[in-house]
Amino acid sequence: MGQVEIAFEAPAVDWWVLTPQIILVGAALGLLLVASLAPRALPGWVSTITSIATGAAAAIVAAVQWAARDLAPRPTLNGAFVSDGFSLLLTVLVGAGVVMTALVAHSALDRYDMAPPEFAALLLASAAGAVVMAGANDLIVLFLGLESLSIALYVLIALAGRRASARESAMKYFVLGAFSSAFFLYGIALVYGSTGSTNLSGIGGFLFGSIRETDYLLLVGIALLLVGLGFKVAAVPFHFWAPDVYEGAPSPVTGYLASIAKAAGFAALARVLYVAVAEQSTAWAPILVGLAFATLGVGAVMAICQNDVKRMLAYSSISHAGFVLVGLSAVVGSGESAQWLVRVAGEASRVVTYGSAGGGDAVSAAVFYLVAYSFMALGSFAVLSVVGAELRSPEPDASTHAFSRYGGLARRRPVLALAFTVLLLAQAGIPFTSGFWAKVEVIRASIGAEGYVLAAVAMVTAVVSAFAYLRVVLAMYAPEGSADGDLRAPAARAGRPRWGGLPLTSVFAISLAVAVTAVVGVFPQTLLEWSREAVLSIVP
Amino acid sequence: MSGLEVTTGWYLTLGAMLFLIGGTGLLVRRNPLIMLMCVELMLNGVNLSFIAFADRFGDVHGHTVVLFVLVVAAAEVVVGLGLVVAVLRASPRATADDLSALKG
Repeated sequence: MGQVEIAFEAPAVDWWVLTPQIILVGAALGLLLVASLAPRALPGWVSTITSIATGAAAAIVAAVQWAARDLAPRPTLNGAFVSDGFSLLLTVLVGAGVVMTALVAHSALDRYDMAPPEFAALLLASAAGAVVMAGANDLIVLFLGLESLSIALYVLIALAGRRASARESAMKYFVLGAFSSAFFLYGIALVYGSTGSTNLSGIGGFLFGSIRETDYLLLVGIALLLVGLGFKVAAVPFHFWAPDVYEGAPSPVTGYLASIAKAAGFAALARVLYVAVAEQSTAWAPILVGLAFATLGVGAVMAICQNDVKRMLAYSSISHAGFVLVGLSAVVGSGESAQWLVRVAGEASRVVTYGSAGGGDAVSAAVFYLVAYSFMALGSFAVLSVVGAELRSPEPDASTHAFSRYGGLARRRPVLALAFTVLLLAQAGIPFTSGFWAKVEVIRASIGAEGYVLAAVAMVTAVVSAFAYLRVVLAMYAPEGSADGDLRAPAARAGRPRWGGLPLTSVFAISLAVAVTAVVGVFPQTLLEWSREAVLSIVP
Repeated sequence: MSGLEVTTGWYLTLGAMLFLIGGTGLLVRRNPLIMLMCVELMLNGVNLSFIAFADRFGDVHGHTVVLFVLVVAAAEVVVGLGLVVAVLRASPRATADDLSALKG
């Protein structure tokens, strides 16, 4: 019996490309190690500073990579992971999200009884998952990124498990998250069965140019992938977990969930649809349009019906997901436009195919929307976190953020109310805010793709949901504050630096969000160009 | 050999059935532990499909995928069991229907 020679050739690893993930995971593990070896509990600021430094470092590395070269895709690990403008822009966004979440959480952790090192480690681990999702060029790598993001998030919510609402929120998120992951995975299996590959470029290359009869295995696979990712981004009809989970989760975590987790889900969706199965866009574009209709409508209408600010923001984040879907679904000339082959140095004889459905402008509008929306969401939930600390609940699980309790906020905290107003108006899409340009771009892309009905529906729902935001603004500026009795003495939490009675770190985070919203609102050109460059590698 | 020949299609059907049984169970059963088991059943249905496809293609890739999925499933169960314990410790005999304080 001859010895079977198994030659294993390790794939070339481009460490520089993987640096952001390595920084995030390394810091998470290091922090956990130090925290468990330290003779006494680490002070909270150590964890906060570690998260901030790590998030900033990952974002800076990605920014340097962005600046250092033209944004041609740079695959590594045998094509399983690719670094291109799209992944780098999202890495910067994720880094910023980590910094802001850590800042907001710093003053909120003891209120929720959450251990700072564990919180920071889980935050960084989930961010690493999000970064992997943004650059995954293989469905299995994408799945691993999705699971690192999700599993860390289940625990992040459950860390506040002293509260029944957080336990319920974590359990619901876990069950539905696991359910949707299983759908996503089954979708991968069917696509693999149909194309013989899990590599996105490989699938794209296989499908490109092959004249095939309708392949139901592939179509069912794509549908299951859409269901799985639809759950993650909370698109209607896969949204029903979102309001409960957002409401029950600690506010800093909710902000992260609504911005970064959603952005990572959309990044994955864009890459799967436009790189792997762009050829099948005649099959998936109508589904996406249907999802966009439902998501816009349900999100806007349900947002009006809410009596709780946090829940209202949860539904509004669903309606924002609808706008991003409008951008992603605006496909022009489905499947006809040219595809191009990129032969990449260092990947000898490996041809990476990038497909195109011709919707470059539309996808860049969606990316612009995601970035603009992420900062609005992070800022809004940061405000909620600050306000929640001041509103004493009669019982732990009562609705802390009821509209009535926001009455008179403008009188008690004029600057905070002003910041919240800016963020809410931006979400409503008022001119001179980033939200306005985001909505304009998305609707323009939809009109460009001759999706007039969808564009009209998007405009109508924008007006409808503006009403929901204005309700909060009116409540804050109402002359008679009914919640005065609920106001906790501002000095209750001594020992933390404060500014005008507010925790300084949260003030930083909220200012950052407001600044980005306002600056992008006045000078949208730079971010617009960045998003156009970012999608070049996906939709040339 | 006479009679039935077991082809890839059989395994795929079995995988799909396991997935469906798991999915239905997750939606129907209210005991948190059983729901966790249903998730596992769904994932194992997918694993079987992966192996069946890999066998058909004679491709090792599908087999390696299963190893990744097993690891992820294990991690998911660790977190899931932790959550179930946290919920049950707070209110023994809780079912999924009892987790309904948040609504609107």
